[in-house]
Formats: sequence, structure tokens, C-alpha cells
Amino acid sequence: MKLDSKIPSGPLAEKWTRHKFNVKLVNPANKRKYEIIVVGTGLAGASAAASLAELGYNVKAFCFQDSPRRAHSIAAQGGINAAKNYQNDGDSVFRLFYDTIKGGDYRSREGNVYRLAEVSVNIIDQCVAQGVPFAREYGGLLANRSFGGAQVSRTFYARGQTGQQLLLGAYSALSRQVANGKVKLFPRTEMMDVVVVDGKARGIVTRNLITGAIESHSAHAVLLCTGGYGNVFFLSTNAMGSNVTAAWRAHKKGAFFSNPCYTQIHPTCIPVSGDHQSKLTLMSESLRNDGRVWVPKTKEMAEKLRKKEIAPKDIKEEDRDYYLETKYPSFGNLVPRDVASRNAKYVCDEGRGVNETGEAVFLDFRDAIKRDGEDAVKGKYGNLFDMYEKITGENPYQTPMMIYPAVHYTMGGLWVDYNLMTTVPGLYALGEANFSDHGANRLGASALMQGLADGYFVAPYTVGDYLASLPYEKIPEDHAEFKKSEEEVKARVQKLLSVNGTKTVDHFHKKLGKIMWNHCGMARNAAGLTKAKEMIQSLKEEFWSNVKVLGTGEELNLSLEKAHRVADFLELGELMVDDALHRNESCGGHFRDEYQTPEGEALRDDENFAYVAAWEYKGEGKEEALHKEDLVFENVKLTQRSYK
Amino acid sequence: MNLTLKVWRQKNPSDKGGFKTYKLSGISADMSFLEMLDVLNEDLSEKGEDPVHFDHDCREGICGMCSLYINGQPHGPHQTTTCQLHMRSFRDGDTITIEPWRASAFPIVKDLVVDRSSFDRIIQSGGFVSVNTGGVPDANEIPIPKVIADESFDAATCIGCGACVAACKNASAMLFVSAKISQLALLPQGKVEKKERAEKMVAQMDKEGFGACTNTGACSAECPKEIKLSNIARMNREYFSASLSTENV
Repeated sequence: MKLDSKIPSGPLAEKWTRHKFNVKLVNPANKRKYEIIVVGTGLAGASAAASLAELGYNVKAFCFQDSPRRAHSIAAQGGINAAKNYQNDGDSVFRLFYDTIKGGDYRSREGNVYRLAEVSVNIIDQCVAQGVPFAREYGGLLANRSFGGAQVSRTFYARGQTGQQLLLGAYSALSRQVANGKVKLFPRTEMMDVVVVDGKARGIVTRNLITGAIESHSAHAVLLCTGGYGNVFFLSTNAMGSNVTAAWRAHKKGAFFSNPCYTQIHPTCIPVSGDHQSKLTLMSESLRNDGRVWVPKTKEMAEKLRKKEIAPKDIKEEDRDYYLETKYPSFGNLVPRDVASRNAKYVCDEGRGVNETGEAVFLDFRDAIKRDGEDAVKGKYGNLFDMYEKITGENPYQTPMMIYPAVHYTMGGLWVDYNLMTTVPGLYALGEANFSDHGANRLGASALMQGLADGYFVAPYTVGDYLASLPYEKIPEDHAEFKKSEEEVKARVQKLLSVNGTKTVDHFHKKLGKIMWNHCGMARNAAGLTKAKEMIQSLKEEFWSNVKVLGTGEELNLSLEKAHRVADFLELGELMVDDALHRNESCGGHFRDEYQTPEGEALRDDENFAYVAAWEYKGEGKEEALHKEDLVFENVKLTQRSYK
Repeated sequence: MNLTLKVWRQKNPSDKGGFKTYKLSGISADMSFLEMLDVLNEDLSEKGEDPVHFDHDCREGICGMCSLYINGQPHGPHQTTTCQLHMRSFRDGDTITIEPWRASAFPIVKDLVVDRSSFDRIIQSGGFVSVNTGGVPDANEIPIPKVIADESFDAATCIGCGACVAACKNASAMLFVSAKISQLALLPQGKVEKKERAEKMVAQMDKEGFGACTNTGACSAECPKEIKLSNIARMNREYFSASLSTENV
């Protein structure tokens, strides 16, 4: 199969406008004859469901949480980028496009990224109109801040709760459509399979998490807005329920999975405190605007810190190593996430880590408090400081925060074309669930932008283009394909319940997480990846022969829910390792020890790897087939990223 | 730490339910309350007993999914969410009683899990600004004084967890409803529909079976996001002025 990205022809800045003119339209009176399924109600899902319903389509929206408002977009802290240039500091659509392509280490599509930058300005207008209370200046206009990796102030924010406010905005738009009868909500419902009839996605099979009922839903198109797969690492900043199941089931039904090895490790998280840890908490990257990252210059001093023989304040200025500021004078503490994370790992590997586990560096606000006063710092980061104190029991106004990198975002996802359609016609992927806009590394404040761009401004056009040539008739829910799929899902539930082994689901999840973090985490190498593959395969075997899932399938059963998800993570983990092993270069979040510059920076191989890897599922136990979509760069020159 | 837990167990909505006592040992002070329950559930699962079901998701205090009535207080002893409550707030040898939210508008699903879809229906009744995607003015065309924007923001931080209802002796949802009404009534974008919104949301709140407000302030005192009581005053003002003048509803 030849991958066609369907990027429109013409100059970069005109592609989207031309495409919007060229897409087929559905007559307003006919829109009500179509039904669209949206799985997931985060920024991408809620905005898409609301916007499509406003246009007149009938929408069914599904989420596994008890309410659409709980989706994990809610936890995004820092902000959302938009090329408004309100600050008159030289921003433009082209600059946002350029920064995003460069930040992604030249592994994303020019056309998609430009469109993202272009619609970014509409997102802010939309959210303000909905009543999202963005931060404002005293003159009443919107405030901006600069954010990791950017040299202009283009980030809009709502204290440290930007994701919450944007999601509640989208949720309110969705709720309005529920009241209008255009959206039917299915909370506490998990998608278990995509149903494909005559080569087209025609519905899904779900499990009602309260009653356990396996149900079919027929539609004309299916949109997966189900987020990322960071929980494959067990410990991540994702919510406990975040999972890959919907995307993975779609993958097994023919949707190619792209660049699974591109995972983002976020530099500013609260370090792990012990084995009981269930998740990692992010401290917004915006903290790096005012906080200074450092470790002691010597191992000896770090050791004393670890043993609590000295306190951070006892370390004199000349004995502190502000390693980011020294190594990258022009970007300093604001280098992109992958660079900041890797450098934290380096100093800790040298034995200069500052907490008991030796895996933490300082993020110090002493100078910012001295310069701007405690109130000003509180105004910007108050809630983050409170959160830190609640979790660690330490007061960051008095002693520096401790941070360490943690898995945060996954750039990889289902392969989609310019229309956000996967390789299965009628099946779309939006937001973090697709692979399209962030290349090998995502810049700060870009995830919210992409989720909302896809949902508010892209899918409503492109889905209509597909529907326009589809007959109105729905496939009946008792069609053989639906029945077959239901039977498969039921069989899987039974299989999980009948293993009746001795180890809990979490036991396997934790083991998988350790394998992934150690061998497919911040730095990877061929030997480790090869070993990881074997380890995952035997863990998977053990899972299916020794997992213990209690209860029945006909009730609320948290261990059964989890077992489904972990079973899929086990398969995904293997594909991530394959992808990381085949990509013999370093780029963005994918760092291979074998491929680095003499200064220890990621060394790309544009000659051989400037392509999107798209993996095709070939059946149980078979190796997946690799397809390549070559990336064409006509508007930017590929350079070695340098933040010196 | 060693702890004794008295946990509400209820198989399904029709089951009568009751407390069950569990002993736990080796709990670290750095664990969050939910991580402590994870330990309990691993223990139970290994013994072949059904784990305790409770709602949780983000575990960073923002999704509003976790609940739990701990020793007679929603989200436990501090003004925070249960996921942000850490075991250092308890002492070795403590007995901790854990119940679900108690309110007829939040029926129990299983163990500590309740159904809060009544909150969704209240938002659906009017907790929005009626704008469609696209065709909106430039974001900076509507200047909003910072003080007003900040006040609106304070109300907008509500996470919809339902602690206010659980804290209230009347199981009133006034704090939740007033937070949304205030957020939107304060902003120029939301002013257009403020009367209709107040009437519809209050009507839906009553229909769901939430109790009345007697101004004891327990809701605000227990709110993990410190939503202020003054929002309820604003809601009452909006509601009364709407019922005196409105052409709607």
C-alpha cells in the first residue's frame, strides 16, 4: 500500500485555504442524515463532537470516565500557543510553523504544521467567546508568556490550569449540543473494537463499564480522539485511565501506527519517591521561565545533599553548576524538553543527583523571588507551588524544588493523512491519538493547540468531504460484522477472566513499565532494545497464562478494565521497541546512544531517515510491516538543531 | 505505618451495603491516600477478594473524579482532593473510615463509586455561552478588566467533584451551580444569556433532587478549589432579578 498524505498542491500558505474550497460539502438539510461517532471527550474529542453537532450532524460521544469533563486534557498546565503577535515581538504564522517544525527535529509534515499554525489564531478567539478566562493585563487585553523553546511570547494561559479551562470551554459547547439533542453522550463506556464493513469504518463495539454489556454502535464515520499511550511506561504524567486500547484495536483493524518510538520525556516532574508510586506529577514547564536549574559542581557535595548532611542553601554560588545556562547560553533554562531532560539524566548519571534516589536536579526560584518579590512569583505559579508542597511536604518558596524527567506525551500515534483520516477509510484520529504535527518532539504549549485545531477547525471540514460521497443508509447493528466483533470482544473478556493465575494486572503493568523506561526511555541502544523485545515477549506470554482478574464481566470491574488495557500495552510496547530499533538515528525524543554529535546532541540522518514510519499489523505473533512516507521539505532548510 | 480501615462496601445500587474492616501495615507517609488504597487492593486481589472500587483518574487534583468521605469529611482532613491527600496527614495506629458521597442526587454505583451525571445535566441546562465554532470576534476585541477576569477565573476553577454536596447537610449543589453562573455572569461574553441561564440551571438543580441552601458554608469550607460562598450570593441575585424581569422560561 502506497501512503498518500494528500497534502494539497500550491504554496504553503495557500494549501489549507485551497483545500477548504476544494472539499465536498454536505447540504445543510442532509447533514442530519449522517451519524458520527467520537471516541474520547478531551480537547480534540469534545471540540470535534460539539463542532460537528453544530453543523447539523448527529453525534455519539463516548468516554470511559464518569463525565466528559474528566478527560486528561484537563491536567495540562502551562498554556496554548497562537501566532497572534499581540506582543509585537515578531511572531507570525510562519514563525510558529518554523519553530514547530524545527522543534520536532524535522520529522513532521510541512503542510500539516503550517495549517496548525494558521488556525491557532482562531482557537484563541473561539475560546474567549466561550468564556474561557485567560490571563489578562490591567488594560483588559490578553496576557502572554514565553514558553519552553520559543523566543517570542505567544503562549496564552489561564494560571497553571490552561488545560482545565480550555477543556471546560469545549465541554460546555458539547453540553449545549447534548441539550439540543444533537449529541448523545455515553460516559463510562469503553471502545473495544472498530467495525469495518466493505473496507470502511462503520461503527464501534463498546463495553458499558457499569453493566458490562457489550454493545454495537453503527455510524457513517468514526473519530478516535483517545489521547496518547504514555502509560505503557506505567509511571507517567498521564491519568491512571489513559490507555492505547481504542487506537490499538483500530491498528489491528488496519489503521497503520506511526512513529511509536517518539515519546516525550518532560523535564520538570516531581521525582519518584518510592515503589508505591502510581503516577508522576508534572510541574509546568512555564516554571523554567523563572526557575534556574542546577546541581552541585562536585559528586561529593551531591552525596552530602543526598544524605541530608547539608541543605541546598549551604551550597555557595561558585559551587553550583547551572548546567543549562552554561551549555546553552542563548536559550539557557528554556531549551526544548528533550534537551533539558537528557541533560538532567547526564548530570545524575555523573552522580550529581540531589535527592535520596540520586535522580533529581534543583529548580531554584531564589533569584526570581529576590528580583520580583514573592507576591509576583506567587501570582504566576502559586497553584503549582502549592501542589508541589502538598505532594512533597517541602516549601518551594524557601528551598529549591526538585525535579526529574518523566514520560509525558507521545508524538507517535495512528497514521493520518492531511484530512486526519487513517488508512481505514472513514476512520479518523485527532489530537494526541494521531502522529501528525509534532514530529519527533513536541514544543511546550502545542498539545492544546493541536487538539483544538483538529477538533474545532480541521475535522469539521474534512469529515464532511468524506461523508458527501457516502450513502445515507446506516449499516444495521445486527450486521454480521458487528456480531462477529461483539463475539470477539466477549471471548476476550472471558479469556481474561478465565486465566485465573496468581499475579495481579498491576504486577505486569509495572514490569512492562520498567522494561520500557530502562530500554526504550530517555536514551536507547540496539543491545538494550533487542533485549527489551525478548523481555516483553516473555512477559506477554506470562500475562496470558498467569494473570489474575477477579469478579465477573457483568459488573463494574476495575481489574478487568485494566487487564484489557495492559494486554494492549504489552503489544504496543513491542512495536515501540521495533520502531526505536529500526530508526538508526537520533531525533527529538528518540535518542540512540550510537548516534550523537561529539557534544552529545542528537545526530539525525536525513539522508536515510527523513520519513514517517507507518507500521501495518500482520496478525497475531507476526512481525509488523514497515511502510515509509517520505517527508518533503520545500520551505525550511534542515539544520542541526542548536540551542547554544 | 499501621492502619485500620473501615470501608463502605456495596455490591451494586440495590445492595444494602455496610462497613468492612481491613488492617493495613507498612504504609509509607509519602504515599497518597489513593496509593494507600492501591496497596489495600493489591492485598485483596492476591487473596482473591474483590478489590474496593473507587473513582480516580488524573491523581493530580484537577480532573475531579476522585471523591471519598474520609473520617466524616469530603476528601479528608485538608482542603484538597483525595488524590492530593498524603498519608503524612495520618498517624500510625489510626482508624480511618471511608464512605462514598452521600446524596440522593448521587446514587451509589458500587462501593465508593457514585453517579454524578446530575452535574452534567445541570451544565447541559445552561452552563455555556451559546456560540458556535467559527465566526467569533477577535479575542482582543472584548477587553475585560483584570479584576473581573480574575474573579471569573476563581469561580471557573471548580472541578465538579461534588465535595460541596457531600459536605452539605442538605446535599445542596448551590456552590457548584453558582460557580458556573458566576463565571459566566461576570464576563461580557456570558452576560447576554445570564438571566435565562440562572433560571434554567436552578430549575435543573431542583429537578435532580439536590437540597436547599441554609448558608452554613460547609460547602466552601470543604471545597478543594476554595470556591467562595459569595458565588451563591451572586447566583441568588441573578436568579431573583431574572425571575422579576425575564421574558424567558
